[in-house]
Amino acid sequence: MRRLVPLVPFLWLGLFFVIPFAVLLKISFSEPAIAMPPYLPLWEWADGVLTIAINLGNYIFLTEDPLYLVSYLSSVRIAAISTLVTLLIGYPMAYAIARAPEGRRNILLMLVILPFWTSFLLRVYAWIGILKANGVLNNALMSLGLIDQPLVILQTDIAVYLGIVYTYLPFMILPLYATLSRLDGDLLEASADLGARPLTTFATVTLPLSMPGVLAGSMLVFIPAVGEYVIPALLGGPDTLMIGTVLWNEFFLNRDWPVASAVAIVMVLVLALPIALLRRIQSRAEKA
Amino acid sequence: MTDTPLLCIENVTKSFGATYAVDDVSLDIRRGELFCLLGGSGCGKSTLLRMLAGFEAPSAGRIALDGQDLANVPPHQRDTNMMFQSYALFPHMSVEKNVSYGLRRAGLPRAEIATRVTEMLALVQMERFAARKPHQLSGGQRQRVALARALARRPKLLLLDEPLGALDRKLREETQLELKKIQETLGITFIVVTHDQDEAMTLGDRLGIMREGRIVQVGTPHEVYEFPQSRFVADFIGTVTLFDGTLTEDRPTDAVIDSPEAGGPIRIPHAVTGSVGQSVAVALRPEKIVIGRTPPEGVENRLIGTVETLVYQGAASIFLVRLDSGKSVRVSRSNRERGEAEAIAQGDRVHLGFSGQSAVVLAS
Repeated sequence: MRRLVPLVPFLWLGLFFVIPFAVLLKISFSEPAIAMPPYLPLWEWADGVLTIAINLGNYIFLTEDPLYLVSYLSSVRIAAISTLVTLLIGYPMAYAIARAPEGRRNILLMLVILPFWTSFLLRVYAWIGILKANGVLNNALMSLGLIDQPLVILQTDIAVYLGIVYTYLPFMILPLYATLSRLDGDLLEASADLGARPLTTFATVTLPLSMPGVLAGSMLVFIPAVGEYVIPALLGGPDTLMIGTVLWNEFFLNRDWPVASAVAIVMVLVLALPIALLRRIQSRAEKA
Repeated sequence: MTDTPLLCIENVTKSFGATYAVDDVSLDIRRGELFCLLGGSGCGKSTLLRMLAGFEAPSAGRIALDGQDLANVPPHQRDTNMMFQSYALFPHMSVEKNVSYGLRRAGLPRAEIATRVTEMLALVQMERFAARKPHQLSGGQRQRVALARALARRPKLLLLDEPLGALDRKLREETQLELKKIQETLGITFIVVTHDQDEAMTLGDRLGIMREGRIVQVGTPHEVYEFPQSRFVADFIGTVTLFDGTLTEDRPTDAVIDSPEAGGPIRIPHAVTGSVGQSVAVALRPEKIVIGRTPPEGVENRLIGTVETLVYQGAASIFLVRLDSGKSVRVSRSNRERGEAEAIAQGDRVHLGFSGQSAVVLAS
């Protein structure tokens, strides 16, 4: 029994990643059809003849229409900028929590997690109420006399950035907190003792030693942000191009499952390759 | 300049809420000496050291290094360096980068940094490990790197918090002598915090014994061992047998203490400077007592008892002798000869003797 326990993660990964991925891969190589399901089978067995039809057309189609490439790039850009902003906001917060008196830390962490008690969808809707033309933000700014025309934020990329940063901030703070709270206070004192100003200590000791947290947090934000659908759909405008919305449209509006599957497969590859590369660099740096 | 103390600690107090970690400590540290702050855990020795490094601010009092008041000097501007009990080596830097860290912060030219790092690593015999990361080193090697890093800036004062605490016994004894040699070679003033009295005796030019936030005695190892000023110090440094008694006679040339525990009067060949009738204690080190089957000669004080426990330690034997009063006395005798004819065994009746000159009379 005990020997089987290490297999659990593999079972999990197989059941919820490898098998769905294989199904998706299979659909992406098939021909679309008006049927149930809306694609033709990959292989057919008729009269002792096995016919296997691998259709690469869906992938070729992705390269022909610039929409897909532009959407991929735009998704990566939006996710990358959001991740950076999340990091810039999340790092000081995590640092402050890690340095807070022991008793207060749990309360502060609780406050970070508290928004999760409300539905994600509801929270994104709430941002519409804040950002819309006669919403909370514009009304407040106008009544203060700072602006006389309402700012157009909703249905722009800025609203998408706001939504992503707001939603994913806890995913950045928690891993950062975990590494920063484990940081040995003696090291910071040793650095000061050896003549380093507080900022130098931060740059030479704190930041390098918290890199695992920075990387973990950044991935936890970047990966789901690239594929994000709800936030660009609700807060973004017609110009906001993200691969999640394109995917949705292919699946539910065009009912083109094979192309939608191809879009999803390429997205996984686009995400997986840089991450694998990063891991490699990281483990090599640790060994050195 | 040379005879003024390097460091002056004046009436320094540190309180955390209602508790006093350091309570009105005044202490002068001389140039070039190795001073040991000795005390049990929670006696305030580490807090005092941290105040010298600048990690804690005194609640009251003044600390001056070489005439400069340190009150508003942050740690990174102090001319002191600290060797941490945990060593606090930067885990993401090589040995060489660790040692050069303080030099790079000081903005020294690159060539000079390189020479100094080589010099420091040679001093602690770690040249071969310059490229290693701390996790690739043994405990003893890490200890050396921590020392080299703390010494690299050539501070006026080096603070060492339990520098040998994490080493095993054998390595610790070797390293003690090495540390003392390095200190003498460089001439840098060291303050070493330790809870280990043997270590303090071996290392220190002078010791300061702390208890409950106060310094109870300062002196050379010899002074502290031979002339403890209180029961606490007598008991804390080395081992001692204390006879409680009353001062019955006190003259300029001799004194008598009546001690029921010792089974009679104890004669001391000098004045005690106390008041007659005062309760005092007579402290005796185990090696100051002679033991034998016949009454010893040439000593003022004689006792009789039964050997209760006998511990053979190789170089010496320790006897626990139960007197007829019920008091247990610790006696040590060096084993000068192999296979002694008159070996004393457990349960034997023995005679003890000691000279009043070797005893210390303690009023508190």
